[in-house]
Amino acid sequence: MRWGRIRAIAVKETIQIRRDTRSLIIALFMPFMQMILLGYGVSLDIKHLPVCVYDREGSQNSQALLKHFQASEYFSIIAVLKNYREAKAALDSDRCRIVIAIPYDFSQKLSDSGGSTVQVLADASDDNTANIAIGYAQSVVDGFAGNLAVAAQGFGGSPAMQNQGVDLEERVWYNEDLDSRNYIIPGVVALIMALVGALLTSLTISREWERGTMELLISTPVQPSEVMLGKLLPYFAIGMLDAVFCLVFSVFWFHVPFRGSLFALFFTTSLFLVVVLGVGFLISAAIKSQVGASQIAVLVTLLPTSLLSGYAFPIDQMPPLVQGVTYLVFARYYVTILKALFLKGSGLADLTRPVLAMGIYALVVAFLAGRAFNKRLD
Amino acid sequence: MTEVAPKGPAIEVENLVKRFGDFTAVDHISFQVERGTIIGFLGPNGAGKSTTIRMLCGLLSPSEGRAFVSGIDVAKDPETVREHIGYMSQKFSLYGDLTVMENLRFFGGIYRVPKTILPERIRFAVTMAGLEGREDFLVSTLAGGWKQRLALGCAILHRPPILFLDEPTSGVDPESRRRFWDLIHSLSEDGVTIVVSTHYMDEAEYCNTIALINRGRLLALESPTALKKRKLGGDLLSIECQDIGKAISLLEGQPGILDIAAFGNAVHLLVDPAKVSAGDLESRLTTAGIPVDRIGLIEPSIDDIFVRMVGENSPQGGAG
Repeated sequence: MRWGRIRAIAVKETIQIRRDTRSLIIALFMPFMQMILLGYGVSLDIKHLPVCVYDREGSQNSQALLKHFQASEYFSIIAVLKNYREAKAALDSDRCRIVIAIPYDFSQKLSDSGGSTVQVLADASDDNTANIAIGYAQSVVDGFAGNLAVAAQGFGGSPAMQNQGVDLEERVWYNEDLDSRNYIIPGVVALIMALVGALLTSLTISREWERGTMELLISTPVQPSEVMLGKLLPYFAIGMLDAVFCLVFSVFWFHVPFRGSLFALFFTTSLFLVVVLGVGFLISAAIKSQVGASQIAVLVTLLPTSLLSGYAFPIDQMPPLVQGVTYLVFARYYVTILKALFLKGSGLADLTRPVLAMGIYALVVAFLAGRAFNKRLD
Repeated sequence: MTEVAPKGPAIEVENLVKRFGDFTAVDHISFQVERGTIIGFLGPNGAGKSTTIRMLCGLLSPSEGRAFVSGIDVAKDPETVREHIGYMSQKFSLYGDLTVMENLRFFGGIYRVPKTILPERIRFAVTMAGLEGREDFLVSTLAGGWKQRLALGCAILHRPPILFLDEPTSGVDPESRRRFWDLIHSLSEDGVTIVVSTHYMDEAEYCNTIALINRGRLLALESPTALKKRKLGGDLLSIECQDIGKAISLLEGQPGILDIAAFGNAVHLLVDPAKVSAGDLESRLTTAGIPVDRIGLIEPSIDDIFVRMVGENSPQGGAG
């Protein structure tokens, strides 16, 4: 391998990127667009959930409880109902997601036995929202009086959650505000890096085939590994630049805390870039058309990264078979690392396993990319 | 760039075969090229010229046979071969989105031309291609002739002893073609061996040796003059007359007439001078009511040879 040849290719590639609008848009504009779209668009938080109330007692106590609900940022009371038929209609027509029903003997039971029950009727066709809503309802009720219980009843989806009246003392670590943006943004960074990296390099070899420049290039003494390194160097620099942009944007715009070591971030980002750039390069060498290669690059990065990396959907809640598949998704390791670095403040020592996995991935991909195309036309 | 001891031929090919599936593109070709000469691969499109050149550059692997470039086996050690050659592919293949200078610097880097020599080599290439003042033009904006000469300039930056030029002049205006051949000649005078393919028959006259190729087979390998003398085996007559079609049907197959073909507004006949004379033919045509404008002996062109040889070579009697 000769540095002179690698340098010649890197310089040539840099000039070409600078003059190619499509590459510039992917490299500079796409990370920004995705940061905005995914940062704002994807939120797993529930705020101001529409709620209807059915107060069968109408006492001072029951009204006080409902005021608690109204005051909570999780719920907005949109209607007061008069009977169960109306409650059913409200849920059926999607006017509200949950109905809070206070029994006629609410105050009496509270003073007699020191404990009472509030009923929550939840639309569990979206079971995730329903579960979260029931949990929030419990915390509102807990805030009102420690000896109240929620009797939840689900509609249409998963079985209802029955609170046993056991007090749970919660302490949330790492994402204290339970802000789902803090949870999602580190994953968005991985998504952007994967997509941008693979898309950019997917064009690089196929472009040479399409324009006929490859035939001349392979008639020279240049080595496939030199072509690979020379072509990937400028994209590596762009990828790092995008990583810095993502970090700055996450921390200063979305106020996601970054608690880990910067060295660990850039070290693992380098590994990840080697993998995604290499994958794009491999695709580009296999598919000799630019359009075909870029489509496949989107398919193999965006889909697994958004669904199976754990960036938004927790891996441990997937079926065992799918969980097994996620080990093949290289973005999964990077997402794990990023979340740990951003939120937990971990260092490299805490992340041995995912870092090792990414290292192995990077080695294999770099090895394959180094011999991705042979210098023959047949 | 390492100079191989100038012993033996520059190129040696023995029974070279290239098959693509059932199709035999190159069919047992053998030849040698002496150092410092120009060999022209001549033949119609699809004859196997490009395939042969690509095998010699190590871009395609031979199905059978052997080929040595500068004494190096192209099948076994294509990388070393690539150090010794310059190549211009059939399709223009410099980077259109790079400037003239950027292309030259790129290939200088790829061929590892030492930094101390590169500026001088680049200057030489720019002058040779007539691109002074256009160094910062994007290559895609250059006209065909300039592109071709720049491609040649890039191919010789590392001073290769052997150059492969695959249809370098196709689609270029006659003036530029002429200029390009002047360049090839001056390179040859400097001792560079040049393999050039073309389907322009007139360009064959510029070569030291012609390899006539049709349907993957080598039909002839000689100097243009020797080829013309030996291969024809008769006198070539040209007749300009009114009704060419009628004249051909009248004379075809007559004793002493070896071959007959229409060439533009004339008929070219290959005749046995012992049996047929020009006056004889003229009177025969006039008798048949075909007035003859002009008749005479002509110097055969490579076209004539080619048409004749392809006729002998293929059962259908015509070139592809």
